Amino acid sequence: MEKVKLSIDNKLVEVEKGTTIYKAAKQLGIDIPVLCYMNLEGLGIENKPGGCRICVVEVEGRRNLAPSCSTDCTEGMVVHTHTMRVINARRTVMEFILSDHPKDCLTCAKSGNCELQDMAVKLGIREIPGQEYAAMSTYKMDFSPSIIRDLDKCIMCRRCEMMCNEFQTVGALSAFNRGFQSAVGPAFEMDIEDSTCTYCGQCVAVCPTGALTEKDHTRDVINALSDPTKTVIVQTAPAVRAALGEEFGLKPGTLVTGKMVTALRRLGFNYVFDTDFAADLTIMEEGTELLGRLTKFLGGDKEVKLPILTSCCPAWVNFFEHNFPEMKDIPSTARSPQQMFGAIAKTYFADKIKVKREDLVVVSIMPCLAKKYEAQRDEFKVDGNPDVDFSLSTRELAHLIKQANLDLKTLPDEDFDKPLGESTGAAVIFGVTGGVIEAATRTAYELHTGKKLAKVEFEQLRGMEFIRKATIDFNGTPINIGIAHGLGNARKLLDEIKAGKSEFHAIEIMACPGGCIGGGGQPLHHSDSSILKARTKAIYAEDEGKVLRKSHENPYIIKLYEEFLGKPMSEKAHHLLHTHYFDKSGKIEIS
Amino acid sequence: MTKYKQIRIVLNNCGVIDPENIEESIARDSYMALGKCITEMTPQDVIKEIKESGLRGRGGGGFPTGLKWEIASKNHADQKYVVCNADEGDPGAFMDRSVLEGDPHAVLEAMAICGYAIGATKGLIYIRAEYPMAIKRLKIAIDQALEYGLLGNNIFGSKFDFNIELRYGAGAFVCGEETSLIHSMEGLRGEPTIKPPFPAEKGYLGKPTNVNNVETFACVPIIIRKGASWFNKIGTEKSKGTKVFALAGKVNNVGLIEVPMGTTLREVIFEIGGGIQNGKKFKAVQTGGPSGGCLTEKHLDTPIDFDNLIAAGSMMGSGGMIVMDEDNCMVSVAKFYLDFTVEESCGKCSPCRIGNKRLYELLERITKGQGVMDDLQRLRNMSNVIKDTSLCGLGQTSPNPVLSTLDNFYDEYVAHIKDHKCPAGQCKDLMKYFIIAENCVGCTACARVCPVGAITGEKKEPHFINSEICIKCGACMERCKFDAIIIK
Repeated sequence: MEKVKLSIDNKLVEVEKGTTIYKAAKQLGIDIPVLCYMNLEGLGIENKPGGCRICVVEVEGRRNLAPSCSTDCTEGMVVHTHTMRVINARRTVMEFILSDHPKDCLTCAKSGNCELQDMAVKLGIREIPGQEYAAMSTYKMDFSPSIIRDLDKCIMCRRCEMMCNEFQTVGALSAFNRGFQSAVGPAFEMDIEDSTCTYCGQCVAVCPTGALTEKDHTRDVINALSDPTKTVIVQTAPAVRAALGEEFGLKPGTLVTGKMVTALRRLGFNYVFDTDFAADLTIMEEGTELLGRLTKFLGGDKEVKLPILTSCCPAWVNFFEHNFPEMKDIPSTARSPQQMFGAIAKTYFADKIKVKREDLVVVSIMPCLAKKYEAQRDEFKVDGNPDVDFSLSTRELAHLIKQANLDLKTLPDEDFDKPLGESTGAAVIFGVTGGVIEAATRTAYELHTGKKLAKVEFEQLRGMEFIRKATIDFNGTPINIGIAHGLGNARKLLDEIKAGKSEFHAIEIMACPGGCIGGGGQPLHHSDSSILKARTKAIYAEDEGKVLRKSHENPYIIKLYEEFLGKPMSEKAHHLLHTHYFDKSGKIEIS
Repeated sequence: MTKYKQIRIVLNNCGVIDPENIEESIARDSYMALGKCITEMTPQDVIKEIKESGLRGRGGGGFPTGLKWEIASKNHADQKYVVCNADEGDPGAFMDRSVLEGDPHAVLEAMAICGYAIGATKGLIYIRAEYPMAIKRLKIAIDQALEYGLLGNNIFGSKFDFNIELRYGAGAFVCGEETSLIHSMEGLRGEPTIKPPFPAEKGYLGKPTNVNNVETFACVPIIIRKGASWFNKIGTEKSKGTKVFALAGKVNNVGLIEVPMGTTLREVIFEIGGGIQNGKKFKAVQTGGPSGGCLTEKHLDTPIDFDNLIAAGSMMGSGGMIVMDEDNCMVSVAKFYLDFTVEESCGKCSPCRIGNKRLYELLERITKGQGVMDDLQRLRNMSNVIKDTSLCGLGQTSPNPVLSTLDNFYDEYVAHIKDHKCPAGQCKDLMKYFIIAENCVGCTACARVCPVGAITGEKKEPHFINSEICIKCGACMERCKFDAIIIK
């Protein structure tokens, strides 16, 4: 690799050709402030439109200032990152940006966690000259079941646009209008609900300001918890426990399962359960479905739909309903763990504790924003009453815990309640890319071959590569497994299937980078990809620490089938645990 | 070279030939240069000739055309493109339009020559849809050239193919910037991206692309026909050839002119332009369109070329030239141009998107008499930062009208702020109508015509205007037969 030598703030540095000034400065420990720039290192997700102009630096011999995020180093370059000319420019540009930004930090969802706010502090902004007569660009608010858009707060960093178009290939967000009225949103300024948005929430996860936030349900949950006529139960998704601690100053990757249970109990939930229980149930259903299709296929049935696609990621479900409706009979019909949990809670468990359906409130804690949308889908309601009443993101749970003056760090560890709180390691790894298919493989292998696995870990299914392939030997039958995270990567595999070129028997798809641990409802990573890796590690550690690591060994799952469901894919299971998909390709209407 | 101030190179055929008849073009040597290139010259020879001619980009940047071609020729790819930038967007400018409407074959021929030189077989003309006549004539010209074998495959029986298509722009000023133009042609949002990569490396559809302006292309055939040494004798040391200007404003003769580089502003305004209308005093000339600056009396004897205009605080731009007299308020002039750039900013980078808006707001306050002296310092600082930090040429030059008027007409700003007066009498908010008692005969005509009842007075007695009520419509002044009403 060709190298170039340059000087930054009078320090010499040698970097690979093609390195930006910003990255070279970072190597020297020089911190150049960046705002629109975002880089999830190691994942290849980078946003550098060079639009905010905060990161400008002085390059000797150049007429104007250079955006360090998107200017490559050249041989002999002499760079100054903090001259008065640069500082004046940064402050003036920041004053421009703030002059067109609402000043409602007190009630803004992002307050305290806002990159724009931090930058204002960093650059020492104390006043905005001319604010009293500065016009503001204003837009309509947009509410959807998952995401709220307040474009008055958009600073045109274009991160959301990059995530939506380049990484997810959803194409719901792009810049509209020109000049002072520019902002990012769906075409023709239609509501996000009318667009092809999948509610994956990756736009929210990267938005530096309060322009994109989740639909907050903490108020609804407080109402339910303070209503004495309601029995309120909660389920927590696997990825939550690996990230919640970050909101309380704990190191990324710190598992807080027991503390989270205690916090939830102290918040007043009558039963604290685990979505992992439902994840084990998902494996029973989806694994059986996979084996069923495989057996038919191996038996020579040409009609059978393979590969089977996982269906637990609701953003992914939305994605194929919008973009690949002709393939809607390929994914597994198994509902997601959140919805399986809701269905079982409001039937089996409600009967057990003798509470009427309408008096039982099911709250889910999810790393995800699409779960909010999923929870209110009509097919998951009985007479208008949803199986899952409210879905909170990890961030919202953190807010609730803080409001209740609970210090998560010092809380004791407690266990989930029974019966819907018991789970295996297989369920825990649902939280990371490759985890669902690994869990399914553990069970499907043992059920198919009748042999015990010597080693439950399938290392070949793990990793952060966006598209991974592995072949597992099922007693002489090679099973080809594909894994994709990120909808853009999923699209590649789907295009292969569409073209009849897919080599896979089963494919796992997660919409978010890294799987649920990188979900749109998780504590903000602020472009630090090491956080995603730490969470992944934590999830695998939780799996390793479990006594039971295969879904079909979960005694409460066995009991649930004995007492209630019969067997996997039974009629009752079909009714409660499976779903069907819709063609949403023609849904876009421009009014 | 000639006793005439103007010489026609670019406009040579305009108005002389029927642009819808290729034979009239051919009779005036069209496609001779292309023939010469293909049959007698190597692509390297062509590039060498253009380099030696000293031709620089006429779109405003002044980048050496031959060098641009050379870079594009050295980037290898399975497909390259030649793009003609016909997105002429400066207010009041119509140089490119005249060429396209009057001599379309000159542009087509030059694009083919460029294609031959850089190894491209496809040409695209990005033209604004607001130029229907130019579009029509280009289409006719392309069809005729194809029919005559002067475009298409195996031109002049050689192995060289070149085809040209049109792409329409929606009239966004920023799409004249080459990366924006390319994005727009690709169907993307018309906004610039950071260079490098330059289009010569990664342009249209990611392929090496050479973008030149209409007028630049129009210079090419004659350079090939008459030779670089003929062309580079015209002009100044670093700016060769001629430049077409759209002369407008308060001069007696307005319209397109073509003068050799090095002609002075005085020659253009007072000789070709015939001086200022109504014998008024020359005040300033704005060159370079909305991105240029206002030059004054002291610049009149500056020879016009790329570098001199920049040194004087303005720029060549694409050739807009607006002359102003003593009745023009320079703060309002700056505001007018800012209004344009605010409207035309794409919104991608913050200094241009928000900064220009703030500049405009400040200028507006000053023209309303609400400014304070500190505002002048803020104007200057904001302008400098916008220039220093904007992403593309639009934002990097948009504060020029503010800076050049601050430099050259500082007193006028001060008068607006301190005295609440507009010396040119243009800023409505600062004007007051008065009745000179000695001249007023009390005919009541003014009071009767006043739409808001601001004028009072007895018959045959001097009248009075209540400036609190007056809306400064000027109806009274127009009606008064005794010159009793004045503005101060």
